[in-house]
Amino acid sequence: MKKSVILGAATIAGLAAGAAAAGTVDDVKARGKLNCGVTTGLVGFAAPDANGEWQGFDVAVCRAVAAAVLGDANAVEFVPTTGKTRFTALASGEVDMLARNTTWTFSRDVDLKFEFTGVNYYDGQGFMVPKSLGVSSAKELDGATVCIQTGTTTELNLADFFRSNNISYEPVPIETNAEAQQQYLAGACDVYTTDASGLAATRATFENPGDHVLLPEIISKEPLGPLVRHGDHEWGDVVRWTLNALVSAEELGITSANIDEMAAGTDNPEVNRLLGSEGTLGEMLGLDAEWAKRAVKAGGNYGEVFAKNIGEETPIGLARGLNAQWTEGGLLYSPPFR
Amino acid sequence: MSDIGYVRTEMLPEKEPPASEVGIIGWMRHNLFSGWINSILTLLSIYFVYKILEAVVPWIISPTWDAGSLSECREILHALGREGHYAGACWGVIHERWIQLIFGFYPPELYWRPIAAFVLLGVALAPVLFADKVPSKLLIFSGLYPFIFPWLLWGGTIWGPISALLGFVVGWAVYTLISKTMSGLLGIILGVLASLVWWLVISSYFVGAMDSVAAIGIEVVESRKFGGFMLSITIGVVAIACSLPLGIVLALGRQSDLMIVKYLSVGFIEFIRGVPLITLLFVASTLLNLFLPPGTNFDIILRVLIMVTLFSAAYMAEVIRGGLAALPRGQYEGADSLGLNYWQAQRLIIMPQALKISIPGIVSTFIGVFKDTVLVSIIGLLDPLGLATAIRADANWNGIVWEIYGFIGLLFFIFCFSMSRYSMYLERKLHTGHR
Amino acid sequence: MTTLTDPPKEQFRLSMLLYDTRYRSATIQVIALIGFMLLAAWIVSNTINNLAALGKPVEFGFFGEPASYDINQRLLEYSSRDTHLRAAFVGLLNTLVVAVLGCITATILGVVIGVLRLSHNWIIARLMTVYVEMFRNVPVLLWIVFIMAVLIESLPAPRAFRGENPEASMMLADSVAVTNRGVYVPEVLFSNSLGDIHLFGASSLRFDVSLDLVAFLIVLGGAIWTSRWIKRRADGIQEQTGDRPVTWWQRLAVFVVPIGLLMYALGFHLGYPELKGFNFKGGTHMRNSLIALWLALSLYTAAFIAEIVRAGIMAISKGQSEAAAALGLRQNKIMNLVILPQALRVIIPPLISNYLNLTKNSSLAIAVGYMDITGTLGGITMNQTGRELECVLLLMLVYLSISLTISAVMNWYNESVKLKER
Repeated sequence: MKKSVILGAATIAGLAAGAAAAGTVDDVKARGKLNCGVTTGLVGFAAPDANGEWQGFDVAVCRAVAAAVLGDANAVEFVPTTGKTRFTALASGEVDMLARNTTWTFSRDVDLKFEFTGVNYYDGQGFMVPKSLGVSSAKELDGATVCIQTGTTTELNLADFFRSNNISYEPVPIETNAEAQQQYLAGACDVYTTDASGLAATRATFENPGDHVLLPEIISKEPLGPLVRHGDHEWGDVVRWTLNALVSAEELGITSANIDEMAAGTDNPEVNRLLGSEGTLGEMLGLDAEWAKRAVKAGGNYGEVFAKNIGEETPIGLARGLNAQWTEGGLLYSPPFR
Repeated sequence: MSDIGYVRTEMLPEKEPPASEVGIIGWMRHNLFSGWINSILTLLSIYFVYKILEAVVPWIISPTWDAGSLSECREILHALGREGHYAGACWGVIHERWIQLIFGFYPPELYWRPIAAFVLLGVALAPVLFADKVPSKLLIFSGLYPFIFPWLLWGGTIWGPISALLGFVVGWAVYTLISKTMSGLLGIILGVLASLVWWLVISSYFVGAMDSVAAIGIEVVESRKFGGFMLSITIGVVAIACSLPLGIVLALGRQSDLMIVKYLSVGFIEFIRGVPLITLLFVASTLLNLFLPPGTNFDIILRVLIMVTLFSAAYMAEVIRGGLAALPRGQYEGADSLGLNYWQAQRLIIMPQALKISIPGIVSTFIGVFKDTVLVSIIGLLDPLGLATAIRADANWNGIVWEIYGFIGLLFFIFCFSMSRYSMYLERKLHTGHR
Repeated sequence: MTTLTDPPKEQFRLSMLLYDTRYRSATIQVIALIGFMLLAAWIVSNTINNLAALGKPVEFGFFGEPASYDINQRLLEYSSRDTHLRAAFVGLLNTLVVAVLGCITATILGVVIGVLRLSHNWIIARLMTVYVEMFRNVPVLLWIVFIMAVLIESLPAPRAFRGENPEASMMLADSVAVTNRGVYVPEVLFSNSLGDIHLFGASSLRFDVSLDLVAFLIVLGGAIWTSRWIKRRADGIQEQTGDRPVTWWQRLAVFVVPIGLLMYALGFHLGYPELKGFNFKGGTHMRNSLIALWLALSLYTAAFIAEIVRAGIMAISKGQSEAAAALGLRQNKIMNLVILPQALRVIIPPLISNYLNLTKNSSLAIAVGYMDITGTLGGITMNQTGRELECVLLLMLVYLSISLTISAVMNWYNESVKLKER
């Protein structure tokens, strides 16, 4: 159903008319732009640089999808969303997909009617404390003041953890990572808890990172992934398999450097199928044959995206850990392209 | 009687006033040390100001303008031997991001458009604010400006605003036609209906047709690209401009003798004034799409504009109601005795005077709305405060606090302070005219 | 000779709905009403359709489910197992706390600053002007964030109190600790406490009322009544004899003696905060988020109130203070007895709207993590349940009721101090 609403002088004011309930793929193609919901700013995952270009790990997923569907990795409109607005933005069709470190949970998938299309980062909630506190386990934190970033599942996990271990604590809810960091450094809280990736990223930017330790307990599972509206399976498939293409590309040794060479045809049939020189996988998705090639070319394979945005070479310095390929002891396991 | 010994015949020369009563010392005695309480207060105040300056000034003077990241700032300060948490400000972040803080993500090659829009805003307001110094011909431009402003900011085809303007022309034509031949009330109703039909039905065909004939337009900029102070000012200006007519209608409705109209107006005004703006912004960000037909979807900035307009309309209605109440009763009676009907009286006698009295109130409502626009950062728009969060999420600038807040606060202060001074000047000017 | 007759009774015609002023107003009203109802019906039907499409019917059942999050600042007992409704209720009380505290301090500060701005002391008047302009012209959200940052960065952390030679120490004979987590002050304890009354059983709105507090309030009320009675009696004696009996010690005694006795009977003592483990334990903890919000709202609103007070004082004609001076009143008596009572009438209406603004601005508490009703109901509850419509509507309803209550109370007060014109 297409309706144009015209409001007096605001006629021209950028009315994005008609987000259809079905057929997001066609909508995106017709629009020529992908609307992608991201955070308002999270170190390493999404933040605008001085030129207003968005950069980060989540952003790279959006760019890969845009490249696969539209052939242009820059054909993305980034819509900053907060913890409160993200789900309505997606449900109302304001954005086509969310790539906003959102934890895949039962109620979000089932009750809120969204479809998670995979996991782009396996995370877990951890604790950071100053070394001088002499704490070596989260169970020693009885009576501590804990800074939590709100708007996530963090505060629920924390409440559950302390309750099940029967220890008391004083929660200090904080909206943004930047403010939480400020409070933690000033000693206004003893402990800072959020996703372990966030903790590592935050610690890396401290003046003296060595003065702070991450505690061994990881108290939750936080599979973070992109999500789309429930019910539009074609679009869900596009996002899911674009992500899988990035993961498979790394597994198969396809990098942005050698992709042109490999796309010409190799001895490995799966590479050929993925890059479109063999089979009709692209067609089945409703895209052309080179979709995956463009997606990988946009920012490189999963490993390259990781290394460029949050890897050990960057100031954030995250190790692959759980996010290594399954062949290297991680959890990344893309279903076969067949 | 000539035995009076001595009569002075000329005046004595004036004596110099005592040294303690004139010059700097006298001034200080009168204004700073006129009693022991005052003296203590003065000394305390001086100490207080000194302490603040002592803490802040060395921090501000910091040669870090060219630094590219917080760690570079730290290195520069370290090389100077300044250590510690408050060694000095890191101005590199302002150097790198000030354009972003002002224009958001607006395409750099198009910066002339918002600048032109806001300069022209001054031109358009001139005949209203400086009525005595500017030719009144400019009022025509003021009337056209509401259509030029969105076109400059958002771009697109020129036929859009022209078509919107034509809607008013159509409505007006129908109104005059009908009110000449039949009743005025019917004229108003049909005029409004005609405008609505034009905007909702004909306009899109008209724009499409004219566009295919002569495609005149400028590059479209989506409202997602708006950010920083430009966003704040845009929200403020649009909200005030749109809320003015709404506010007038609501104020008249509240003053009206018609019971239903009155209660509807009162209900709307009190509802909006009774809830915080943040809840209205929650409505804009999460609920407004639910209230519109399925499939309608317009972007968040437009939704915020709608809610902020409704918000300021309620306050505007109260300001204008104040203006109406300040008019002496005789003006209404005079209009009646001339045989003017309600709308004629409003248009020719009441509103020009009531609006003139209300200008300071309108300006302060504008300041309030402009300041309140920072709340949009809570729903994820990148206004100055939202951008501050985004900038602090950049790995280079993670850990910056005071520099950005200080910069934003300063800009807000400059803007609002000059506006409020101007409104005080207006108030004085209007007062002398009235007495 | 003609007799005066009624004008011929006109037959009602349809066109009279438009031309006849008697019927025209009815026409306009009916059109307005129909238009409004159509609009409302359109919105409601859209909402129903949209919600049906999303598969989210409007229902408030989720309020009965466990909230699963903790709230640090709470006046009632609450744990993460309590319901969302309970969390909203706790948040509502937090909103009211900060609103009431803010209104009180903003009024005091505003009056002081407004009077000082008119001071003859040049530097004081200038400083106050700078204060007013600085706070009025910068958004309150920025002030809240700013003051929170100042508190966090400038006050010592609890760990600074530790060790042999601590960098920071407690104030007022080791009874008050000012830290960047908040201020710890001694708490009032009773060893023979009367206990609590539990209202509303185990429901989400259950509410404990301390009997000690009730007893205290009763005694206080009695003391105030007695004291006024003494005053009235003294007034009566003064009327008759011209001499006013010395009553200050009696009036003091009716307060001090019964309250002292009550305190002794209840076993009053203070619980001092002391550093244990990570934090100070014992005492009353006023969190930084509360202090920052309270301070920022008070300072911001005080700037507006100061302007109102100044305008009110300046609205009183100079002749009033000159006449008072001619009667031989001293400067502070002129202010208290002549200027302020008159200025109050000018001051109160705008003061009401500032109280309302302060209350509404308290919804910015989420910026510093103070769990008011916007933080609980409109924040975490909304996030976790995804029930935006229900949460936002309820939130608006709550604020609307608070606002209407404040304006009703203040308007009543305004009526009572208004100049009785005869």
